[in-house]
Amino acid sequence: MVAKPVFRTCGFTGLKIHDEAEKLIKINAVTAIVVLALGGLFGLLVALTRWPTVHLLPADLFYLALTAHGIDILIVWCIFFEVALMYFASSILLQTRIATPKMGWVSYALMVLGAAITNWKVLEGNSSVMMTSYVPMQADPLFYVGLILFAVGALIACFIFLGTLVVAKAEKTYEGSIPLVTFGALVACIIAIYTIASGAIILIPTFLWSVGLISHIDPLMYKVVWWGMGHSSQQINVAAHIAVWYAIAAILFGAKPLSEKVSRCAYLTYIFFLQIASAHHLLVEPGLSSAYKIFNTSYGMYLAVLGSMIHGLTVPGCIEAAQRRKGFNNGMFEWLRKAPWGNPVFSGMFLSLILFGFLGGISGVTMGVEQINIMIHNTIYVPGHFHATVAAGTTLAFMAITYFLVPVLFGRELILPGLAKLQPYLFGLGMGVFSLFMMGAGTLGVSRRHWDMAFSDAPHAFAHAPAAFLMMGIVGVAAVVAVVGGALFVLVIVGSVLFGKPVVHAPAAPAPAPSPVASYGNAEHVAVPGTFALALLFLTVFVLYYFVNWKYLASTWIMS
Amino acid sequence: MSITPPEQKVWFNEPVEKTEVIWVIIALTWALIMFAMMPLWHLKGTQNMSNEAYRIQPDVYQARVDAFVEKFKVGEEGHAKTPVVRPPAGSDVYMMARLWEWYPVLELEKGKSYRLHLSSLDWQHGFSVQPANINLQVHPGIDEVVTITPTDSGDFGIICNEYCGIGHHTMLGKIRVVAGK
Repeated sequence: MVAKPVFRTCGFTGLKIHDEAEKLIKINAVTAIVVLALGGLFGLLVALTRWPTVHLLPADLFYLALTAHGIDILIVWCIFFEVALMYFASSILLQTRIATPKMGWVSYALMVLGAAITNWKVLEGNSSVMMTSYVPMQADPLFYVGLILFAVGALIACFIFLGTLVVAKAEKTYEGSIPLVTFGALVACIIAIYTIASGAIILIPTFLWSVGLISHIDPLMYKVVWWGMGHSSQQINVAAHIAVWYAIAAILFGAKPLSEKVSRCAYLTYIFFLQIASAHHLLVEPGLSSAYKIFNTSYGMYLAVLGSMIHGLTVPGCIEAAQRRKGFNNGMFEWLRKAPWGNPVFSGMFLSLILFGFLGGISGVTMGVEQINIMIHNTIYVPGHFHATVAAGTTLAFMAITYFLVPVLFGRELILPGLAKLQPYLFGLGMGVFSLFMMGAGTLGVSRRHWDMAFSDAPHAFAHAPAAFLMMGIVGVAAVVAVVGGALFVLVIVGSVLFGKPVVHAPAAPAPAPSPVASYGNAEHVAVPGTFALALLFLTVFVLYYFVNWKYLASTWIMS
Repeated sequence: MSITPPEQKVWFNEPVEKTEVIWVIIALTWALIMFAMMPLWHLKGTQNMSNEAYRIQPDVYQARVDAFVEKFKVGEEGHAKTPVVRPPAGSDVYMMARLWEWYPVLELEKGKSYRLHLSSLDWQHGFSVQPANINLQVHPGIDEVVTITPTDSGDFGIICNEYCGIGHHTMLGKIRVVAGK
């Protein structure tokens, strides 16, 4: 006997919310935020150790904290939040019941169990193998078991999402195609499924090797397959946070996509072109040919980059079009100046967009060039890049939508609104400076995952340029600012959920009822010159930075 | 809106506005330029990864390194007394990685080319020549050959930049580049 689904109507947005879906969204989101707090704490310890004048932890604890930070933030936090987003984008946006809610709890339990086991093994100190866990370096067998259980749990969540889409279609709760935001979540889900398959292909044999059932795993093969999981898993984040950008644009501005066709095709490039592009992690690997590297980083990466560049225009473009329709038509940028910069839902989302594009996107593409990678591989430039994409991009976008979801799902007003207003700026700008100076230090040759950039016990002497030490100091200060921003987020959200005043249901946002079918796409042909100017500025910075790096490469030793 | 189904049932037939078309064309052109740079640099540029690599047993590699060190050793350096090796220009030179040292110290001539062999006896390591800023991955079981021509003289540190355990930060080697005669 299946109980009849119970729904309530949100007085705030007019959305029909399925009781079981709501519980699952809440528990996954809350767990995500707990993990964010934990992982952020490890991150603070790592940053304080890499700040040369502080140099907090001893080497063994540093590598332990770094492993825990990487796994908890890059995998556990992002995926728990994405599961919550998938349930939201399917059940709530399609106004339907969630498929197999009981399996949702099984999925949740497996993910919690897996994350707990992996964390336990890392904190025990015998699995400091880093997020990448390259063989032949070996972790405790349970370390791999934890990751596998977590992945199985996430996989179940993906199928619940797909099942919910099927239910909505069958019960005709919407007409035509799924909304763009749900489409983005679907893209994230598809990428997640093949990412998890790739993870299973590599982690299951690695587990068998760790218990002695397989005698040898080829390190090069391990890396090729591992990165099929490693980088694609970051593309789940990208697809999900772009869906969040579109969702926030729709929620706050009532924005329509400039055209559904362009935005959806941009999403499709992620599915088609990203998987094998993980070769860009293997650019200075011996034993792989240049032909392989160039083929995969060109067709695989640039076409996915093309997708991101298109979203970079269409997301601010749809906001500009919506603002102009409301009458903010003076000059190129009145639409942007008059945007709600004091609302953390908007400021978080827009900072995420800018930082992700300018810092994360440009640096990522530049270091993904076969030859330029020689100067960047495994330097601290790499974490500089992915903090710009994952922390300043994904995490900030997720924080922004959380400010919207707390009143909707928990029915609570935000406590400490002044701090909530400040939070995205502290976190976003702290992370932006942090990433930028990490990239600077990486360009000067500072290594990632390295305890002592002064090499005090080494058999030979080498000193980095003083500027490198200065930059790592700035990185430390900026990290502290960002961590304060992150802690404020946890404080405001947890505080609001526990102690916030119940929301008085004044319909503050327009109910997202389908608008009349009256117009073509193109957001009714409103021109978006401001966005186009921003896009051209982005392109100029991109081109300049790209060629400066080639020039820099040309000045190093000759190699062939 | 992006959170409601598209207004047109068949959204694929929507016309696309000029701004978007122009931007897609610009972005695609830029992607093609970036693609072209990589093969072009193989033709015109002078910094490229070699594709030369061989499977090798760690003990075989170690034997080659030992023979190389014995043949061209000119001294010792550092508190681990790492041998300093001065091979002739144009020859095959060896660098071996193991927990947690780079072995031996190489003395090379500026402007001369060498066939540099890299391999590891145990785990993966990262070969990072600083401040020249060359970063290559070193694998156990793979003998990787890169032809290098140092263009500056001086002492260069070789930092291991692939995490390899608790002594990772002490894994510092040296290449000395001396001006030619």
